[in-house]
Amino acid sequence: MDYLFQQLINGLTLGGVYALVALGYTMVYGIISLINFAHGEIFAAGGYLGVILLSYMASQGVMDNHPWFGLAFALILAMGYCAMLAMAVEKVAYKPLRSSSRLSVLLSALGMSIFLQNGLMLTQGVYDKAYPTEFTHGGFEWLGVRVSFMQIGILAVTGLLLVLLNALVFKTRIGKAMRATSQDKVMSALVGIHSDKVISTTFAIGAALAAAAGIMVGLYYGSVRYDMGFVPGIKAFAAAVLGGIGNITGAMIGGLIIGMVEILAAAYIPHGGEYKDVFAFVILIGVLYFMPTGIMGENVDDTRV
Amino acid sequence: MTRGSRKSWQYFGLGLAWFYLLLWPLLGIRDGALHFAETTAVWLRVALGATLCFALYRLGKAGRLDAALKPLAAARDAVGNTLARAPRWMLLLPLAVFALSYPVLTNRYAQDVAINVLVYICLGLGLNVVVGLCGLLDLGYIAFYGVGAYTYALLSIHYSLPFWVCLPICAALAAIAGCLIGYPTLRMRGDYLAIVTLGFGEIVRIVINNWMALTGGPNGLLGIKSPGIYLPQLVDGSFSFEYLVIRKLEYLYYIILALAVFTIIAVYRINFSRIGRAFEAIREDETAAELMGVDTFRFKLLAYALGAVFGGLAGAFFAARMRFVSPESFTFIESAMVLAMVVLGGMGSIPGVILGALALVALPEMFRGFELYRMLAFGGAMAFMMLVRPAGLWPAARLGKRSDDTE
Repeated sequence: MDYLFQQLINGLTLGGVYALVALGYTMVYGIISLINFAHGEIFAAGGYLGVILLSYMASQGVMDNHPWFGLAFALILAMGYCAMLAMAVEKVAYKPLRSSSRLSVLLSALGMSIFLQNGLMLTQGVYDKAYPTEFTHGGFEWLGVRVSFMQIGILAVTGLLLVLLNALVFKTRIGKAMRATSQDKVMSALVGIHSDKVISTTFAIGAALAAAAGIMVGLYYGSVRYDMGFVPGIKAFAAAVLGGIGNITGAMIGGLIIGMVEILAAAYIPHGGEYKDVFAFVILIGVLYFMPTGIMGENVDDTRV
Repeated sequence: MTRGSRKSWQYFGLGLAWFYLLLWPLLGIRDGALHFAETTAVWLRVALGATLCFALYRLGKAGRLDAALKPLAAARDAVGNTLARAPRWMLLLPLAVFALSYPVLTNRYAQDVAINVLVYICLGLGLNVVVGLCGLLDLGYIAFYGVGAYTYALLSIHYSLPFWVCLPICAALAAIAGCLIGYPTLRMRGDYLAIVTLGFGEIVRIVINNWMALTGGPNGLLGIKSPGIYLPQLVDGSFSFEYLVIRKLEYLYYIILALAVFTIIAVYRINFSRIGRAFEAIREDETAAELMGVDTFRFKLLAYALGAVFGGLAGAFFAARMRFVSPESFTFIESAMVLAMVVLGGMGSIPGVILGALALVALPEMFRGFELYRMLAFGGAMAFMMLVRPAGLWPAARLGKRSDDTE
């Protein structure tokens, strides 16, 4: 029983991270119907920015005196950086192609993904980069389940970001504009919504969430690698599809399910650990085959699927 | 300077500033200090190149370069027309002579590169059937290459079957794998298909990586035999066959050359057959094709299987040539590279794909010093091509006339 609870906590942590990345996919897909392949690399860039900033602050002694301030500062800066990066990617590689065939945009996205991944490799090196983790130790035991402060922190930040995002999308003007644009680009433009701006904002928000996820994954596993975005990217996309692509609540639920399934399958299925990456793909294929609209899916018309 | 051009220069400057901001944190913050020199040096180089290109682009757009470009375009058209009018054998004969005499003229290293190019030509043409002809974006194509390679490796190690017997078996197994993967995925369209094929490609790699008993896992398989041929021999009046194992690079070159020529002819024949027409109809408009009586599901499955066959053949040759296979050769990056060849060369165009393979395999060999930047350039080129020339370097010739064609 303890073991199960332990795994559930681990699954929740991982699922929260997938949910954050999945939101970026689902928001972008909802608004311009594009699988943003570069999103996984944005996530990796967030992880790298985290390690760069935290190492710098650790060397300046900030992390010894004000660890929480340092973490929050790194988180916010990395989120801002990735938002800028995603906006640049959107302007360079997607915006000029908005009226061309979907295959072109998809290939352009794939090219950007390869470009960013190798850009990270060239600037930051081929090898794993270790996070400064002196300040992330510690935790407590509760009913035989070991919970680290790191996990609490990840869950808290994830929860906070999800609440903020919900408020942004459903309570503010820009959120309303985003929802309108994703429903009908032409009509929303007719009523005065600047769709280019809205699309840019969507990319920026999705990237900021992915950056937060990247930092937390880096802190959790202790290191980052230039190709760390690829597999989590696909899993997060699977989560977005599972939840119903274009649906924000769905992406959160989908992320949690994928994270849980991965951890539980690794723990309970024989040889599950070796094949843990396969489960997300199997779920993805199964969902697309049997239930293409996903859990919270809306009407998916013929042009989408 | 007109208002429009000033505005575009402003955007360009903003873009460069933005780029500096994105570059600096990655290069400038390290070892507990902030550096600016290195970032600025890299940035200056990029900015200089970009400014030059942008200036040329603006000048071309404003019509200032017409004096230089017009004669060039005219010359290109003239050469193109002459080539188009020349009989086909006049073009193919020198090419064939060159291809056949290549190993005699060149050294080991050049032969090695040529073999690589030919393997990728087979792969690119196979993928071209799926992506170029049928319009199905397949991001897991390398899985079929892997199936072919491991099939030959296992048959050769455990049953000592000769290469030539294994070749059709590899092709058949790859085709079966293509159908197995295609069956559940082909109900999807466009980008969903892309991500699912990517998933399948990864599943195949993960299974190969973890199935220790069969595939040796990450250690790979050793002891694969080279291809051999039976040479007729007359010894003491009795007629016998001598088995000759091909290890020399020249002979391997001829084998892959034969495979590549077979692939080219096969893809050409498919392209201009009834099946090819059906593929193109599906690519242009699936719903309309179905309405016109094309059994879209069956033809899409066929496209998958046919594409897989060429991948499997190339895979079998790869295993026979390396005499070693490991999962590392079948990663997503390989899929992306083959796709990049098809896209850069021109989707659906056979000479285009050949050109793409040459460009992506042979060119990096010439710029050995920039080896690290290879994938960066691939990615950038892929996105850039979509912006400026989505049809590729050598676009496929359109067949017939369309209602929206203008004379």
